[in-house]
Amino acid sequence: MKVRFEVNGSSVEADVAPRTTLCDCLRHHLGLTGTHAGCEHGVCGACTVIVNGEAVRSCLLLAVQASGASIVTVEGLADGDKLSPLQQAFQKHHALQCGFCTSGMLTTLHALLSDEPMADEDRIRDVLSGNLCRCTGYIPIVEAALEAREHYAKKQGPKAG
Amino acid sequence: MRSVNTYIGRPIERVEDRRFLRGRGQYIDDIKRDGQWHATIVRSTTAFGRIVKLDTTAAMAMPGVHAIVTAADIEKPIPTIPFRRKNPTIAPYAQPVIASEYVRYVGEPVAVVLAESAELAEDAVGEVTVEIEPLAPCVDAQTSAAGTHLLFPGTGGNIASTFTAQCGDASAAFAKAPYVRRERFRVQRHTALPMETRGLLAEWHANENRLTVSGAAKLPFFNRRAMAGMMGLPETSVDYIELDVGGGFGARGEFYPEDFLVAFAARKFEHPIKWIEDRREHFTAIGHAREMDAEIEIACLKDGTVLAMRGTMHVDIGAYVRPNGMTPVRNVIQFTAAPYRIANLDFTAHGVVTNKTPAGTYRGPGRFEGCFFCERMFDIAARELGVDHLEMRRRNLLTDKDMPYALVGIAPEDGFGDSECDSGDYRVTLDHCLKEFGWEEKKALAGTLRDGRYHGIGVGCFIEGGASGPREGARLEVLPDGKVDVYVGSSAIGQGIETIMAQIAADALEIPMDDVRILHGSTTYLKEGFGSYGSRATVMGGSAIILAVEDMLKAFRNLAAARFSVPLEEVSLSEGVARARDGRSLTLAEAAAVGKLTGEGSFSSDKRTYTYGTAAAHVAVDPKTGSVQVLDYVVVDDVGRTINPLTLHGQVVGAAVQGFGSVFSENLLYDANGQLLVGSLADYQIPLATDYPHIRAITLEQFPAPHNPLGAKGAGEGGIIPVGGAVTNAIASALSSLNVQPTELPLTPPRLWELIEKARAAATAQD
Amino acid sequence: MKLPPFDYQAPATLGEAVQILSDGAGAAKAIAGGQSLIPILAFRLANPSVLVDLGGIAGLNDITISEAGISIGAMVRWRELEDHTSLRSACPLIPAAVGHIAHYQIRNRGTIGGSLAHADPAAEMPGIAAACDARIEIVGRTGTRKVGAQDFFLGPLTTCLAHDELITAIHFPPWPSARRWAFEEFSQRRGDFAFAGIALYYDERPDGIIENAHVGVIGATHIPRRLGAVEDTLNGRKFVDTVLALAAKTASSSVEPDDDIHASAAYRRALVGTLVERSLIAAANRGRAS
Repeated sequence: MKVRFEVNGSSVEADVAPRTTLCDCLRHHLGLTGTHAGCEHGVCGACTVIVNGEAVRSCLLLAVQASGASIVTVEGLADGDKLSPLQQAFQKHHALQCGFCTSGMLTTLHALLSDEPMADEDRIRDVLSGNLCRCTGYIPIVEAALEAREHYAKKQGPKAG
Repeated sequence: MRSVNTYIGRPIERVEDRRFLRGRGQYIDDIKRDGQWHATIVRSTTAFGRIVKLDTTAAMAMPGVHAIVTAADIEKPIPTIPFRRKNPTIAPYAQPVIASEYVRYVGEPVAVVLAESAELAEDAVGEVTVEIEPLAPCVDAQTSAAGTHLLFPGTGGNIASTFTAQCGDASAAFAKAPYVRRERFRVQRHTALPMETRGLLAEWHANENRLTVSGAAKLPFFNRRAMAGMMGLPETSVDYIELDVGGGFGARGEFYPEDFLVAFAARKFEHPIKWIEDRREHFTAIGHAREMDAEIEIACLKDGTVLAMRGTMHVDIGAYVRPNGMTPVRNVIQFTAAPYRIANLDFTAHGVVTNKTPAGTYRGPGRFEGCFFCERMFDIAARELGVDHLEMRRRNLLTDKDMPYALVGIAPEDGFGDSECDSGDYRVTLDHCLKEFGWEEKKALAGTLRDGRYHGIGVGCFIEGGASGPREGARLEVLPDGKVDVYVGSSAIGQGIETIMAQIAADALEIPMDDVRILHGSTTYLKEGFGSYGSRATVMGGSAIILAVEDMLKAFRNLAAARFSVPLEEVSLSEGVARARDGRSLTLAEAAAVGKLTGEGSFSSDKRTYTYGTAAAHVAVDPKTGSVQVLDYVVVDDVGRTINPLTLHGQVVGAAVQGFGSVFSENLLYDANGQLLVGSLADYQIPLATDYPHIRAITLEQFPAPHNPLGAKGAGEGGIIPVGGAVTNAIASALSSLNVQPTELPLTPPRLWELIEKARAAATAQD
Repeated sequence: MKLPPFDYQAPATLGEAVQILSDGAGAAKAIAGGQSLIPILAFRLANPSVLVDLGGIAGLNDITISEAGISIGAMVRWRELEDHTSLRSACPLIPAAVGHIAHYQIRNRGTIGGSLAHADPAAEMPGIAAACDARIEIVGRTGTRKVGAQDFFLGPLTTCLAHDELITAIHFPPWPSARRWAFEEFSQRRGDFAFAGIALYYDERPDGIIENAHVGVIGATHIPRRLGAVEDTLNGRKFVDTVLALAAKTASSSVEPDDDIHASAAYRRALVGTLVERSLIAAANRGRAS
């Protein structure tokens, strides 16, 4: 089946079987391997992408279901060569070690903070409870998220708070 | 080597982060090759039995299926996976690369389906008919050790190896001790659970008779050697390529059956073969770890001085001895009493085979378990003796006056050699930890009930063994632009070696860090290397790099002396520039431009390093639900010298959280038929971001490591080691009024609740 | 864990969806949010020949609050229930429970209809539906019908839905603003299926007498249901310690939990009692200055 959607601002097309998940479509049909498949049963969150502004598990979404959607993956977060403030905060706080869960952490936090720039630590941890990390123990990821809020608040402008 | 304004010691942001943050990491499933086939493994669903029928006809007819490999396709004898360490009795228990006559665990490979895609391969797996005549499985180590049902016909029993650790005269000490106490402990079967499952891509280059295996980790050089042997190839015809690796923790990277199977298929069919483990498969296919029962005894004076410890452990190593399957077995008896000065020790550990997935190492192998046994034993003894349990630690902990302190030797000899604690005063980290934790202020809470929860505090002291030998290799090449490529045998598993090694190399070279590039792990880079295990990368790889730099700078200086026509002693070297007395200079770039400028180094050491420390925990226990909240956790360690405090802190905190998972929630449960009852991440429960927010890790550098040029000690595993002891001691402290003494892990809410109810019932019965 | 092969249809109307399901004679399966179904397919525990995507059907996404009660369309996503400001006062039990369901990303896709049709006894919404005497509106080949929650769930993962039937909406009775309520569940980690959970509410007469008690249980029974025996210990009585203790004790003996790899039956029984106790205290304290 032919599917068409927008990924990181570009229009893309793929020919997929109905059973192809969005995760596999992004990774293997579109060559966007930044989204990772850590479990393929909707628990680990490494496959998280942003679909129409919402963070979703791409291993639990069929590519055909995403037809027509606007999708943002980890590859779309940086501004050309410049890391986003969230990505920079991750580097500063050593919020990644092996890097495998990192894509999902970034997309989840980008979705959350875009929506709730003043999310407090409890809210951030609550949302991140859907993303498994085995290396960092989560503490530096939360620190990075807290630091990045300032940027999202500024971006939202008068709406913030 | 630079001595001021060094990179070493600075919290430098990692150079590898950029690609991961941008989604440009290259993990094994991110690469592909033209013409590749996908492999999916058909695995036994029976725990123990004889294969009577294996029918692949229906599966071969499925769409996209190219071939199916079974034991029948492999030349007999079926290769077995070599061991990493010598041992006189384990040979009969080696793991075959595929089951041929017997299956011995649920998950054992029986066939390999090769198809056009992963989907089509998986579709066909269900069509392979495997008929197994079941035999009665053994799922308990102690029963298996009794040996009535042999897992391996022709062997004397199910104990693959028995290790002993003896020093002094424990019997005599126990005979005359005023206090002796015995207790049983148990650690559950669990596993490292990296976020990336395993994967391999094997390519056979027929015209060169060459095999390339991508997806290496941990110890590519050993695996290359093993693969070459099993495939009948010279070692130089096999390349093991390391890409980005999504965590290892001791489990990923050892040689598994799949390594051979994908390579075999690649050569037989002359197509690249890609295999990606799925998560469900992971639970029965990855190395399990830690399951052991222990009966421990302690003998003390009335003041808490420990005269002796002894005990017996049964380690459930699963169906076969893995390449490193004996490491936890010999470690647990060497390290159970390790931070302490105990002259009389007598431990025995049996590595027992059972019909479960084979077990190997997981961060701090045998050390986590041993620390749990010892720290609980100390607190139990202290309580009964009426001795302050901190005083008991202080009395027995090793001090700088004891150094070097010989650890108890292990028999049979396995190549680890003798070991001694190298430097340090273990009381210092204890005191520092207690102060940071606020022990004095928190003491009043211990054992009290507040808002329906019991509060408790506990400590655990530990050492971690680092810098496993025997050596590591590095080489470097100066490029014509003055930048330096450094190749090192260490493997990246997420610990940041591209940064840490660059810091070391840049300081040794006295050039900017941006001019150094670290290339690691792949066997194509070096003639000899070893890898990353036993917390060795920083010390062994880092020291090898220093030697390689020295080697190159020697050549550089000679070159400069010749160029300037002056004697060697008139040439000074600083910041990458060689100078003559009259001011003439030669840069590294200029030297490299006219001819190859390289260096090689191999750092050998049979002396291990011992980072040590103390952890303290404050918990609140809800007796009605069994829920435990960790209100505070502080760990203080002394690593000799910190190369990068940012990454070191990350290692300690990450390892601590893994430790909490071991204590509270992770469990690979089997039923009586040898069926693994856990097959998803919903059932195998690792810590989440909401679980353990209160962790503080502090690192000291008071006692450098005496045996390597960096003065550093390996520190990747210490974070996990004391968690079991410290946290369960805190729980015992909380529930002391109920006389609950935890001795088994995990302490999930239902299990802790059962302990509390049992204790309450016992108390009522007594009244 | 690649999915097994299936065909995919995305009908525009309910009628078309029902037709496909009917023609499929049990081999066709509806997909709503997919958060429960796709993992089942990934584990190859089901092998439908065609998935019928309900996402394109209009009219299943409304949340209506009126004097008649609260009506929630089957395709309403958890996120919408969490964010819905009026629902917080119209039926506060619902948003309170939804916050415990799975995780952030799943709540963006999972639907209320999907959860009820899946009927996992450890899930929150079936327990809420049972506790509140919700009525479930169903459409099928033979027309529409409404079934009370007490008749909808037949067993673990089993409902009264025929293979050609779909849930279109869930109707909750009106909720008096002075109602006392609580939702308490206990799980190993955030978002896990609970070992057990309690959803309860009651109305309080001016003299403090409890009436209309509804106590629903999650995760400790095969079928989500109200614990009538517990309700009987509460109705007609004032909220005092002895009533609390009896309610908790009755709750423990009213459930029939299983032993499983995570917890024993004994633990779940005791936990149900504890949660009833804690829920009653929470309900009594709600809105009161303490």
